[in-house]
Amino acid sequence: MTTIETAQKLGLLPEEFQKIEEILGRNPNFTELSAYSVMWSEHCSYKNSILHLKTLPKNAMPSPFSKDKKVGVLAEAGQENAGLVAISEDLACAFKIESHNHPSALEPYQGAATGVGGINRDIFTMGARPIAQMNTLRFGDLTQDRTKYLLKGVVKGIGDYGNAFGVPTVAGEVYFDDCYNVNPLVNAFSAGIVEIGKTASAIAFGVGNPVFIVGSATGKDGIQGASFASKDITKDSLNDLPAVQVGDPFQEKLLLEASLEIIEKDLIIGMQDMGAAGIICSTAEMSAKGEAGMIINLDKVPLRQKNMQAWEMLLSESQERMLVVAKQGREKEILDIFEKWDLHCVQIGEVTDTKRLLFYHKGELVADLPAESLVLGGGAPIYKREQKEPDYFQKLKNFDINAIPQPQENDFPKIAKFLFSNLNICSRKWIYEQYDSMVGTANLGINRPADAGVVLVKSPKGKATEKALVMAVDCNGKYVQANPEIGAMIAVCESARNVVCAGGEPLAITNNLNFGNPYNPEVYWQFANAVKGIKNACEALGTPVTGGNVSFYNQYTNEKGEKLPVFPTPTIGMLGLLEDLSFQTTLSFQQADDLIYLLGKNQNDISSSEYLYNYIGEKQSPVPYFDLKNEIAVQKIVFDLIRKKMIQSAHDLSDGGLFVALAESSFQYNLGFEVQKPANLKDIRKDAFYFGEAQSRIIVSVKPENKVHFEEFLKENNFEDFLQIGHVTTENFKCDNAIWINDQDAKKLFEETLENYL
Amino acid sequence: MNFVVVVFPGSNCDDDMVYVLREVLGQNVTKIFHKETQLPQNTDCVIVPGGFSYGDYLRSGAIARFSPVMPAIEAHAKRGGYVWGICNGFQILTEAGLLEGALLKNNSQKYICKNVFLTPQSTQAPLTKSLQKNTYKIPIAHGDGRYYADNDTLKRMEDNAQILFKYCDELGNITPEHNPNGSLLNIAGVCSANHRVFGMMPHPERASDNLGANTDGKDLFLSLLQNFS
Repeated sequence: MTTIETAQKLGLLPEEFQKIEEILGRNPNFTELSAYSVMWSEHCSYKNSILHLKTLPKNAMPSPFSKDKKVGVLAEAGQENAGLVAISEDLACAFKIESHNHPSALEPYQGAATGVGGINRDIFTMGARPIAQMNTLRFGDLTQDRTKYLLKGVVKGIGDYGNAFGVPTVAGEVYFDDCYNVNPLVNAFSAGIVEIGKTASAIAFGVGNPVFIVGSATGKDGIQGASFASKDITKDSLNDLPAVQVGDPFQEKLLLEASLEIIEKDLIIGMQDMGAAGIICSTAEMSAKGEAGMIINLDKVPLRQKNMQAWEMLLSESQERMLVVAKQGREKEILDIFEKWDLHCVQIGEVTDTKRLLFYHKGELVADLPAESLVLGGGAPIYKREQKEPDYFQKLKNFDINAIPQPQENDFPKIAKFLFSNLNICSRKWIYEQYDSMVGTANLGINRPADAGVVLVKSPKGKATEKALVMAVDCNGKYVQANPEIGAMIAVCESARNVVCAGGEPLAITNNLNFGNPYNPEVYWQFANAVKGIKNACEALGTPVTGGNVSFYNQYTNEKGEKLPVFPTPTIGMLGLLEDLSFQTTLSFQQADDLIYLLGKNQNDISSSEYLYNYIGEKQSPVPYFDLKNEIAVQKIVFDLIRKKMIQSAHDLSDGGLFVALAESSFQYNLGFEVQKPANLKDIRKDAFYFGEAQSRIIVSVKPENKVHFEEFLKENNFEDFLQIGHVTTENFKCDNAIWINDQDAKKLFEETLENYL
Repeated sequence: MNFVVVVFPGSNCDDDMVYVLREVLGQNVTKIFHKETQLPQNTDCVIVPGGFSYGDYLRSGAIARFSPVMPAIEAHAKRGGYVWGICNGFQILTEAGLLEGALLKNNSQKYICKNVFLTPQSTQAPLTKSLQKNTYKIPIAHGDGRYYADNDTLKRMEDNAQILFKYCDELGNITPEHNPNGSLLNIAGVCSANHRVFGMMPHPERASDNLGANTDGKDLFLSLLQNFS
């Protein structure tokens, strides 16, 4: 007999308990109740977010970049373990991003490592071989020992797992802000390549088809991890440590090879990785999708611990496992392949047509559940939560740039030094050098760095193609906090801008929506508006949303009992395509005397810039200037300029503004620049021109002999927002005839700041 | 030449090696699984690729040396055949006793992946004999790459031209600042006394394809092909 109290202890609401009794027509036993508690957790059911997620564009739309071309979406959001888009007539890319925030807050090494493992399983469970990874990280105050511990643990966890698994990390982003002190964010992205028509689906059907559990043995780790991810982090969270899983990249590598082999040989009906909620989730989702049922004998499950209860087996989140529904008659071939890779492969049940999941343990029926009732889109609850505009939102609008004194001439060297030694601007070298960025010999950005990762597409037979994937992850949480709708639009557009600057065409996005507690109406207002922003930006860019992840409850209760959510952080992972490798474009200036042009509209704006927020110390200002039409225009013109081979480099302006962007473009070849603030920008303050973060601006360098041709091309295309601001030099960073910082000192600060903190 | 690339559980640079040998250099390549006990006939060079064989659990390369394929590789080396271990492959060859010395944890205690510069040392080994440039930009990617051997061994190896590469700066200066992992004498690669078994931590296969904008590593393959006998 279970009660409402038991249900509440498991994280269910009283009305949810009643609903379960209605579905079953009886009182659930403890095992059954546990199954609902994880399946109906936010993490698995998206119960508080799905209504908004459904408003996002899922299908192909007209693209502003290539006329008459639409993205071929082969697996829409929610259909499979990851999104799938066509990149040529015979190849497709599976890609997705996922969070592992709460585990990483408690146990940074394993939390981050298993995040990497989980996202890669989502890719290869579809039959795609992962070829590139990215990650996005958020940490608090790096002068605190705990933050250092979290950062070091997370980076080592990502590195140890990804390096051994053998997939390169090709891009990423990291921000620091006090709001992430207790609750860091760890989002991992992976992309893989598969031949069209050779994908696997997460589905079960066909009465009598055998069900196998493959990969690692099942233990007590990660039990109720999905529920743990669906509540606030508090000082009691350490008691949840068993909810954190333990990763083994070696097992995952073997599982990858064996899984791709059984898919390639067409031995299976379907396959799903066991991530959140383990056996119960994979059996329920596969059965529900195929309108089938299963009989499972839990006694057959290989265990790594004795005396496991049925509910523990159903909920265990032990890593590196898959559920495989085989084609009847092909069992021996499957067993042989797993034998070759020295992995467990055990038949634990078979498919039925009852649409029910029957679990037996020690000869007894321990759970009898309708598969459909457990899953999103089936019986799982859907809620509309209350929204309230937070008070701070209107107050930000009172910000007046004129209240911020303009810097004097002798302030500029101080600002320059500050920016290069600012944690949100300096090089992430200390982090990315711990990741294998080159395995696969396909990362084309190692010697030609760009705003996005560029990865050569090889055919599954190992031949190079003419194409590359171009990918970026972006989200400035400060902007989203200042204005969730516009901030989220900026996140989408910045990721697209980065893809475009590297030479790619934006195709589709995956998103990782990191927010606070959805039962807080102000947090929910942020969430709803951010989703609206993503929708608008994706429609303008023609990039459908093919999946992602929602992570709520990223907040902390301090000693005074105040709930402090993190900045709303809807991280965007943009997938783009470079259809011809000759369009690959670097962010680095190529040679002295090349002309530097600034494309896009300039504004008298310093709002939410690193300069204002961290140098001046003014935390209350609106989102930087942003206009979606201008954004599309500047991306489109750079996209076309690259295809006309008229530019030497392209780099977008982001954190730190123009001055930092110019320096970043100079570092690789130890070049310099000489620029002037144009006379016709007299209404724009000097600090706004050099350090402002008004959006939709890109610097490009052009060979002097192409000047006329270049400018004519812009005019022919009715693009008028361009300024020649200067040229590339062999040394020195010169702005309005002044050198604020020696270029070698800037580079040293840029490269060594992060390491010096640690 | 006929190359064989050995795949251990956890190898992850095997396909990269096959790609360079087959697609970039047009050589014959066969991939074999570690459970094989014989090498294909006519094998000229066995490549032991990088990765994390057996997860690098216990100690890098320590378990792989007991794989069923190892006696065949040892016999091939004994017959004077070529064997080339890269990164984890180098670690396996030292564990198996086919190369002298050992590879310890980097002195930074961290895994490091980046481009480094190497300067070739041996004029006798086929792998380095035809290298004309003073320095080669080739990436490393390892956590256990600190080369160690006792002084007598190092001296003997130096005298016999068994040191293949040393870490250096862009101009070829062999300095402590450009030693990425604390290797003795900045050693990045060595070979056997007969100059036919090679081991190196840097990954030449990652710097061999034009598309990646760095082909310094390709020169090593070309040197081997040119001096193959």
